[in-house]
Amino acid sequence: METTVTEPLIERSSALRRLRQLGRAMTTPLSPDDYLALINPLWSQRELRGRVEKVVPETENAATLVIRPGWGWSFDHAPGQYIGIGIEIDGKFHWRSYSLSSPPLVEGKTVSITVKAMPEGFLSDHLVNGLEPGTIVRLASPQGDFVMPDPPPEKSLFLVGGSGITPVMSILRTLDRRHTISDAVLIYSARTEDDMMFVHELRELAERHEGFVFHERFTDADGIFTPEDLGDVCADWKDRDTWACGPGPMLDAFTEHYERQGREDHIHVERFNLATAGADGAGGAVTFGVGGPTVDVDGATTLLEAGEKAGINMLFGCRMGICHTCDVPLASGRVRDLRSGEEHGEPNEYIQTCISVAAGDCTLTL
Amino acid sequence: MAFSDVREYTHLTDEEIEAIGRELDEIRTEIEASRGQADRDYVTRVITLQRRLAAAGRITLFASFFPPAWLLGTLMLGSAKILENMEIGHNTMHGQWDWMNDPEIHSSNWEWDTTQPAEQWKHSHNYIHHQFTNVLGHDNDVGYGILRMSRDQKWTPYNLGQPVYNFLLAAFFEWGVALHDLDIEAIRKGKKDPKLLKKQLKQIGDKVGKQAFKDYLMYPALTGPFFLRTLSANFTANLMRNFWSYMIIFCGHFPDGAVHFTEEELEDETRAEWYLRQMLGSANFEGGTFLHLMSGQLGYQIEHHLFPDLPSNRYDAISVKVRDLCKRYDIPYTTGPLYKQYGQTLRTIMKLSLPNRRTSDNPAPLAPRENRRLRDDERPTRRSELGKWSGAASA
Repeated sequence: METTVTEPLIERSSALRRLRQLGRAMTTPLSPDDYLALINPLWSQRELRGRVEKVVPETENAATLVIRPGWGWSFDHAPGQYIGIGIEIDGKFHWRSYSLSSPPLVEGKTVSITVKAMPEGFLSDHLVNGLEPGTIVRLASPQGDFVMPDPPPEKSLFLVGGSGITPVMSILRTLDRRHTISDAVLIYSARTEDDMMFVHELRELAERHEGFVFHERFTDADGIFTPEDLGDVCADWKDRDTWACGPGPMLDAFTEHYERQGREDHIHVERFNLATAGADGAGGAVTFGVGGPTVDVDGATTLLEAGEKAGINMLFGCRMGICHTCDVPLASGRVRDLRSGEEHGEPNEYIQTCISVAAGDCTLTL
Repeated sequence: MAFSDVREYTHLTDEEIEAIGRELDEIRTEIEASRGQADRDYVTRVITLQRRLAAAGRITLFASFFPPAWLLGTLMLGSAKILENMEIGHNTMHGQWDWMNDPEIHSSNWEWDTTQPAEQWKHSHNYIHHQFTNVLGHDNDVGYGILRMSRDQKWTPYNLGQPVYNFLLAAFFEWGVALHDLDIEAIRKGKKDPKLLKKQLKQIGDKVGKQAFKDYLMYPALTGPFFLRTLSANFTANLMRNFWSYMIIFCGHFPDGAVHFTEEELEDETRAEWYLRQMLGSANFEGGTFLHLMSGQLGYQIEHHLFPDLPSNRYDAISVKVRDLCKRYDIPYTTGPLYKQYGQTLRTIMKLSLPNRRTSDNPAPLAPRENRRLRDDERPTRRSELGKWSGAASA
């Protein structure tokens, strides 16, 4: 779905635009923002950034981060979209994506994301337990097509597992604020009641709206919610447009079910755990530029060599890892540094193509 | 004279050279693994200081009609430009801070406060100079196509003017650097691709336009009636940066002891031999923290050439290990106070303005190893069970 982006104030006013041009000429080769950020870190559009205003605990291991974005942020995201958040840990920026749980254009000019600490996710753990209010973080614009059209469909169904609730929360809050909840069913699974994020807000929402039905499922006691249970809980599911978000196996089961029933056009799915690279890490399919050509590369051919063989105009210099002429950002996947054997796989991390090989499928930004 | 083989020059065995390479690789790995918050804090602190200094200088110069303000503003602006070019720009473009994954401090998009476009600098410096360091005919930094810096470079009557060219290069260093990647030598010989030349000239033109507009038109005009005062202050600040960066850079490879190589060295050169060539071809200078900050840690030129993309704030600690390694393998480690290093450089420029037969070769500061006997103070500590001897016997 396409989102309309309102132009920031500065782009609409010709006087401000001229002032900005003047400022650029005065601060070249930097930008005025580089100096303004010395006064207030949010006064810069060089990179989108935000200040953590509040960390609100939701469950024992989940918290909502309320973030005040700085200059250049537009608040009109579509409910259900996610944003990128970059946090500095030990001098290095790490990026992750989280669904926005706040509805668009809320008062106070903040956005919020809800993060669940994963057992092995050092970053999610840091976000939930290690982030002080006042911390400056980097942000990436809202993205994603797990969104609800406006006006919403007559009848809708939300199938949610665990922290998959966050984008759905944003959608429900928006529907609530716009008074457009007509006939919506939410089936939400969590291990226990304590693990169920936003449970009180959802119950309250169900009380206020006759058209909103909230089914709670506690899987520790009642077992996992399967497609076979769907008819029992929501008899008219075939009449509804469905939005599903949760763990991979759950989504696989429901998409298969919808396909078997010929309803595959009526389910929207958001996967928040992308498949990880093959464990052996020896080569993979490398895509040069998002949407660009893809070639299979073995684990001994550098990405630079592979790109050149594929006829891509790759920048290079020393070809021995010293000059950094060949650096490009990694869009997705993992690569291995031939010198150290170290793997790199942070989204948007710059890698040296002349000494990196693919560790599984990966995509380079060119 | 220039050397064709580091192995021959150092009298080291293959095994020794490989062992040196391994030790240096270990230093690299160790530093890479320990980069963290303290390093980021260092570079962000320097950047903040530099930007504040630049802003304060510009603001002070609004009172450029008042001579003390003119002087203070000029000094602040000049220092800001020096910091930006040396400690921030040069090192960032080497990729020393890329590990932070911060697009605002990254080699791929850093543009510096000088007339040369970053893109061309990364080619002429990071690649040509750092890979082919001191190899005659390959490394354009040996004299920058203007000066004769090695006895192996051919003398022509043009070189008689070296003292003058040297002064002009120092004063207008920024402009010399701007034209550096054009490869004047190649243009003179008609070997330059005209399409590339046009593209590069346009890049330079754009950058020069912005820089000159800022320093010589915009800020002077903003101070109204004191246009010329501000203009002269900005010009002086640029001059200050030019002389300083020229001197620091000339002390990197031209003091006595930094040797040149011929093309033959490049054939089948291993990584370990590349390391050795970097050590033999570079020269450090000594000084305090402030001097090293203002010279972008290029007083650790040897360490910088071994590890051009490791954070500059680490060179000090690395130098202790490199010095120790050089001592153990009897490899020359060229260093000295700044005045001495620059003095030697200046002497070479003057000498080489004359043909070789008119001058003597500079004294080799450290004789290559020829099964030299160690002095007692270079040997391991004496074992106590060996008995004593009188001081006179060993003197």
